[in-house]
Amino acid sequence: MDRHSPALTLLRRALLSAAAFFFAVFFLWPISTVITRGVFVDGTLDLSPLTKLLSNSGLRRVIVFTFLQASVSTLGALVLGIPGAYAFSRLAFRGRAAVLALLTLPFVLPTVVVGSAFVALLGENGPLGGLHLNGSLAAIVLAQICFNYAVVVRSVGSQWAHIDHSAAQASRTLGAGPARTWLRVTLPSIKPSIVSSALIVFLFCFTSFGLILILGGPGTATIETEIYRATMQSLDLRTAAALSILQILVVGGVILSGMRFGRVDGRSPRWRPSGSGLLKLNSKRSLVLTANLFIVAMLVGAPLGVLVVRSFTTSSGLGLNWYRSLGQLGSTGLAETPLKALSNSLTFAAVATFIAVPLGLIIALAVTVKSGQTRSARVMERAVMLPLGVSAVTLGLGYLLTLDTPPLDLRTSWWLIPIAQAIVATPFVVRIAVPIIASTDQRLRDAAALLGARPSRVWRSVDLPVIRSAVATGAGFAFAISLGEFGATAFIVRPETTTLPIAIYRLLGRPGETNFGAAMASAVLLMSVTAAILILLDRDSLGSRS
Amino acid sequence: MIRFTRSTSLRALLASSVLTLLLLSACGGAEGSASSGSKTVTLVTNDSFAISKSAQRSFERSSGLKLRILRGGDAGATLNQSILTKSRPLGDVFFGVDNTLLTRALRAGIFTPYKPLGIDQIDPKLTLDSQARVTPVDVGDVCVNYDRIWFASHDLPIPKTLIDLALPEYARLLVIENPATSSTGLAFMLATIAEFGEREWRNYWSSLRTGGVEVVDGWEQAYNSSFSGSAGKGDRPLVVSYATSPPAEVIYADPRPSSAPTGVLTKTCFRQIEGVGVLKNAKHPANAKLLVDFMISKRFQSDLPLQMFVLPARLGTEVPPEFAEFGATPKDPYSLEPKKIAASRDRWIEQWTDTVLR
Repeated sequence: MDRHSPALTLLRRALLSAAAFFFAVFFLWPISTVITRGVFVDGTLDLSPLTKLLSNSGLRRVIVFTFLQASVSTLGALVLGIPGAYAFSRLAFRGRAAVLALLTLPFVLPTVVVGSAFVALLGENGPLGGLHLNGSLAAIVLAQICFNYAVVVRSVGSQWAHIDHSAAQASRTLGAGPARTWLRVTLPSIKPSIVSSALIVFLFCFTSFGLILILGGPGTATIETEIYRATMQSLDLRTAAALSILQILVVGGVILSGMRFGRVDGRSPRWRPSGSGLLKLNSKRSLVLTANLFIVAMLVGAPLGVLVVRSFTTSSGLGLNWYRSLGQLGSTGLAETPLKALSNSLTFAAVATFIAVPLGLIIALAVTVKSGQTRSARVMERAVMLPLGVSAVTLGLGYLLTLDTPPLDLRTSWWLIPIAQAIVATPFVVRIAVPIIASTDQRLRDAAALLGARPSRVWRSVDLPVIRSAVATGAGFAFAISLGEFGATAFIVRPETTTLPIAIYRLLGRPGETNFGAAMASAVLLMSVTAAILILLDRDSLGSRS
Repeated sequence: MIRFTRSTSLRALLASSVLTLLLLSACGGAEGSASSGSKTVTLVTNDSFAISKSAQRSFERSSGLKLRILRGGDAGATLNQSILTKSRPLGDVFFGVDNTLLTRALRAGIFTPYKPLGIDQIDPKLTLDSQARVTPVDVGDVCVNYDRIWFASHDLPIPKTLIDLALPEYARLLVIENPATSSTGLAFMLATIAEFGEREWRNYWSSLRTGGVEVVDGWEQAYNSSFSGSAGKGDRPLVVSYATSPPAEVIYADPRPSSAPTGVLTKTCFRQIEGVGVLKNAKHPANAKLLVDFMISKRFQSDLPLQMFVLPARLGTEVPPEFAEFGATPKDPYSLEPKKIAASRDRWIEQWTDTVLR
């Protein structure tokens, strides 16, 4: 790539500024407005709520519990997810795309749905009721792992699939055992994706909202649920602001340190455009695969299976009654049918993806340019991660307080929904794209140039496939996240256009078995649509399939 | 070299123009959908609000206005949103402020007084504000519901009063909502304060706790996951819900049963009166008044029982037969002065949390 062309540099800067502007208007400004309102009392700065965080025993407990459940959940997701990444990205077996889609489902389903699936599983009358886990830390951690397993499996897996395996082979040839080879050769080369997925999982667990509300019960409040309570129930903006500041500090710290450890440096893996061939199954690998499939079945299959069973359960045995009701208004108390809500959801998710992918790609390309990487690009890379760790309640409230003057009076427009979803999804696009783009082998470019390829040809055959892979994976995640996004959407004032997660939530909010049945059927519908999209995208993004 | 640069910049240009276009259309779309034309009226409300298509059409026909409905979460959240945006309100009319939230709304001054047409038809016992800033629209009673089938198959009589519920044999069967996060839970806590008074109510909760009452954060969990009488088939046959939940269980069943699967303990109810008001600084105050008139008219009042499962505030409005047949109308529901609730609410919730959860 011609890095010294002034026109290109100018263009890059212009694009980066556009991205920064968007991010500032739809994230930084709303968030800082809410916080400012909380810490300024009649125009003077008052930080006493911050000291209350330390002095109030209830709030202290909340803070400690938030850290505890997030750390344990992250550890659990890594312990289960890294073997999963190996099994599902390195081993050749039939139905790989389907398994990958299945394990990603909880991540993209509304937390309300995953939460109720776990309650159904762990509740006294559920299949695992005998374990008496309902309402405990264990239940929360299990659900968090179920929710975030896919993050680890997918991001570690996609790097694992594309590293240069000849080094590991060389190490084995030179006499190193498999364990030693893994620790000294493979682990360092997948480290960036392990660190970045751990970071994302921690942030998710740290700020998760719906799961905690549904599974945890009142003894297990977190910073996020306390922000909700203070803002939406008590109208105590000062406590909410103090908690938000704490949350942003923690999240900022985690992002900075995580990037430090996960930085893609000279020793980072080489990305091979075609992906490496998958390994054929032998008896040992089959065992590994079976063990991992068992984990998926227990962690993801069981709760989602309970949902599916419930969606077919009627008062007179199994039947399709609830599915038939999805296109009708009469049998439920909704203003729009679940099918209409699904088409709204798909539209919003498409718009959100069209915002998030260019935004994320601009930032990813800017930070991965080897020479001339600017300070502003690095700042952007960090800043754009913040939405992962900022309360959806705060963001929704921030929109209400800031976007109230033309030409930006978007408070009551449906555009706000995909914009909020894009803000939530962009960090994923960046985090997925950066390692992939950064690890493009410069030697490949040099070799191509040496062989006489013109720069445009080099770009087309070396850089473009890399970027395309980043776009496909990133777009898939962005789309799926928007499709299931609940938090931010729930706190934005919405016109009639309901999304499917909101429709499910509203159905669950009414008594009567047809409402409950329609909620379960809608959840399964959302699951199936998401699974179909993920399978389609995986064809592109996971490289060759043996 | 040149050619390459051009192709990248073309792509980049394309991307940036798409982005710009999106931004522009975002603004355009906003103006379009905000449609500040004088022929609309915007209702700001919460997730429980519902209106039938035919009722909405009849309002739009008779007033010549387009009705826009904005929803913003649960009752407490929506009210707080309206308080925080009062200088530039999101719409013209706000619906969904009840007696537990009333004082907060009035103190914040989000409403402008309006005496709607037909106010004389509203039950005077329901009056929320003497200055007519909030007009009562509907009444809902939060009551303990029980699972009929469970009690029919167990050797235990159905409890009657709040005192009964604190007995160990019943407390361990009851699931309630956290008053800090649920308006249903708050109403039930207020019922106990109304019954036992400031001095005794915490003792009552101590015995509920010792007896093994289950606390969850929201109505959805309590009713769908823990209560045994609902489609979720939980394990607790007593739940804090609404007086109209049993008729809803009949109406939203397929096929309809001949009797309700659940019943109401009529001596455990707290009355919620829900009202509507014209927002101060509304863009279309005249239209707002037409909407408030409509919301206490016969047409809307007879629509709301089956839409929101509450009772109409207008005297002599017919309610669906299912309500009479399967529901219950508590004779003397508990209530508390809105001012008293506003003054002590946060302290009560804090004390409740100390007593029941810590």
